[in-house]
Amino acid sequence: MNLRSIPLSAWIGMAGIAFALICALFAPLIAPYGEAQIVGSVWEPAGGTFLLGTDNLGRDLFSRLIFGARTTIFVALAATVLSFSLGMLLSFTAAVTGGLIDQTFSRFNDLMMAIPTLIFALVVLAVLPQQLWILILVMAVLDSTRVYRIGRAVALDVAVMEFVEAARLRGEGTGWIIFREILPNTLSPLLAEFGLRFAFSILFLSTLSFLGLGIQPPAADWGGMVKDNKDGIIFGISAALIPGGAIAGLAICVNLVVDWLMKRTSSLKGGRGDG
Amino acid sequence: MADLLSVRDLKIEATSYPPGERPRTVTLVEGVSFDVEKGKVLGLIGESGAGKSTIGLTALAYGRGGVRITGGEVRLNGEDLLKLSPGGIRKVRGAKVCYVAQSAAAAFNPAHRLGEQVIEAALRHGVMTRAEAEERALYLFRVLGLPNPETFGQRYPHQVSGGQLQRAMTAMALCPNPELIVFDEPTTALDVTTQIDVLAAIKHAIEETGTAAIYITHDLAVVAQITDDILVLRHGKMVEYGSVQQIIEAPQAEYTRALVNVRGTRSEEAVDQSDTLLQVENITANYSNGFTVLHDVSLHLPKGQTLAIVGESGSGKSTLARVITGLLPPREGTISFDGKPLPKALKKRSNDELRRIQMIYQMADTAMNPRQTVREIIGRPLTFYYGLRGKEKSARVNELLDQIEMGGQFADRYPAELSGGQKQRVAIARALAARPELILCDEPTSALDPLVAEGILKLLLKLQEETHVSYMFITHDIAIVRAIADSVAVMHRGRVVRFGPKSKALSPPFDDYTDLLLKSVPEMEIGWLERVLKTRRMESAGN
Repeated sequence: MNLRSIPLSAWIGMAGIAFALICALFAPLIAPYGEAQIVGSVWEPAGGTFLLGTDNLGRDLFSRLIFGARTTIFVALAATVLSFSLGMLLSFTAAVTGGLIDQTFSRFNDLMMAIPTLIFALVVLAVLPQQLWILILVMAVLDSTRVYRIGRAVALDVAVMEFVEAARLRGEGTGWIIFREILPNTLSPLLAEFGLRFAFSILFLSTLSFLGLGIQPPAADWGGMVKDNKDGIIFGISAALIPGGAIAGLAICVNLVVDWLMKRTSSLKGGRGDG
Repeated sequence: MADLLSVRDLKIEATSYPPGERPRTVTLVEGVSFDVEKGKVLGLIGESGAGKSTIGLTALAYGRGGVRITGGEVRLNGEDLLKLSPGGIRKVRGAKVCYVAQSAAAAFNPAHRLGEQVIEAALRHGVMTRAEAEERALYLFRVLGLPNPETFGQRYPHQVSGGQLQRAMTAMALCPNPELIVFDEPTTALDVTTQIDVLAAIKHAIEETGTAAIYITHDLAVVAQITDDILVLRHGKMVEYGSVQQIIEAPQAEYTRALVNVRGTRSEEAVDQSDTLLQVENITANYSNGFTVLHDVSLHLPKGQTLAIVGESGSGKSTLARVITGLLPPREGTISFDGKPLPKALKKRSNDELRRIQMIYQMADTAMNPRQTVREIIGRPLTFYYGLRGKEKSARVNELLDQIEMGGQFADRYPAELSGGQKQRVAIARALAARPELILCDEPTSALDPLVAEGILKLLLKLQEETHVSYMFITHDIAIVRAIADSVAVMHRGRVVRFGPKSKALSPPFDDYTDLLLKSVPEMEIGWLERVLKTRRMESAGN
């Protein structure tokens, strides 16, 4: 891989992600105040003592943004990675084996998708103990139904190609066919989906936080911070827009990198490089 | 000026966008000049990428997909088409110059009746009234020998066969009474037995209506039947331009000579055909929907020899290969390999049984994983069957690359970075890597240009001599059978209608189908078409 061949947009995306990751990793060192520490009065303006002002309880917004990066990125990323692993494994197995296994998986997936995601999540999270790993798992399982759909569709297209038949004729096992023959040829659409799903995960997490079933206060997460400060908008206070901007910025950065990766992998096929 | 179309010093360029590089301008065609007289037919011939279609389309002043005509002139009746306004060109296209595409199935709108589409251009250009146009369409359907010409126009495109659709498209082009028609490989996608009928129909219609034509094809034998002049192209440049007589009988350029002699290869068949490797007995197979594709097929293949399976599409020849590989377990019958019965289903076969039968596909593009390098593609069977790794594997990959006459510098390329012929060679190397005893070749040369295809055939013969591998070679081309086979099986509608050593199978007395098949293969001879049409006994079925 040649560093020079990486376009500017991808550099911007990578810089943004790196920035967010550094914030997340070294949060206690960077943040001027504590995560839940009340340091001033309610909704102080930006500038002055507090770089980005304070929130609805008088906590430093900048510090909370930095700590929030931790939970938000970790939970969203873990949920997305998990949902992709699960969804792709199941969908590829279904596409390669076909028959009864395909039918069982697909109909079960339809069943899961028939229940509205948010309601399903509310019911499950209300019943289960409120722990971070359970939250991640529930988000991953719910999201994996979407991944399953797209994964099965792209894998079916590839599974009927002659090189897969050639691999079968060679006597290769299902594992080889899935990971060596099909997966590399379905990476482009799946990577694009990954970028999109990651952004959705952040939003879903903030929805859950808003309803009180996501990240529990006083821990900060970007979606929860939007919720906490939303009332300020009425009074012309922009505190809610700052974490919102962070979510948008991160989603854009992830997608810039994904776009570049997609271009790189699709050009191998001799396909349209600019697609 | 007697010439209808006169093209002078044509230059065509396009912009290519190589991944990861700056866009650059490529010259597709340069310095091409030719003339078409009224009522005459010019053949454009060359391999893929030679610029035949691009040149043909300039007669309509059209550049496909970002192609630009940047130099020269194209005069129709003395008027330079390249200088016309878009409105002026529109008056020419579809009225004075018409186009017949290779794939009629893709060129017709499936939602409208054929008759409407045939007369559409004539009405749109105001050349004739609806009644006149319908009358002319009826006349053309008759001239083109379409069944039930009175009601043919009432049908939808999916209700007629491929050959009929191609003729309907010819009718569509002829309907506005154009001065020139551009035929872009009109018979290439058809079966041999259908091709001859369409060819005859087109020829008859051109003669009857007195229209001039440009006929584009890669098959010199086809073009020899239908045209007056031939222009041979290669890499966008003129190689040779002359009358049919001169090109076929006294070609000047070396490239043309190679094209004329391309079907000349003949191999002697093996005398001793007793040592059987593959024995197929009474195979009957059907698809999961119950449709029976193979009826009671029996044949055998001796060790180290080549069995050619000939037939048109739908005759079940590829299905037979699938049955032998185990992808489609037969309903009845047995397959034995080297004296032992072979399990019917793929899953029941051992790796060694799989190793001994390898397969080469028609489309090398789709038969190789685009994400693997040549080294990975060839190396996998070595690891899988023989457990080779590291240096040993690398050495064997290089050895195989040498065997297919490509060399080690190709090892780290991806399939997209190879030409069509090279891809097929890599596919052969992958099959050879398993050291098989039988290779099933499913039309491995039919997607390739004639000279490249000949190279592949020679390679296969050379490899057979070196490794004593047997081939079951599926093809629709009798010329290939003559070139490489020891024994021949002719298939028609799922049955083997003829089976035996080549010398016996391809000499009279013939059954009706074999007669038709043999007489449908165009020969490099002027007047062949007329001769054959007079002498054949059976009409091709699905024309």
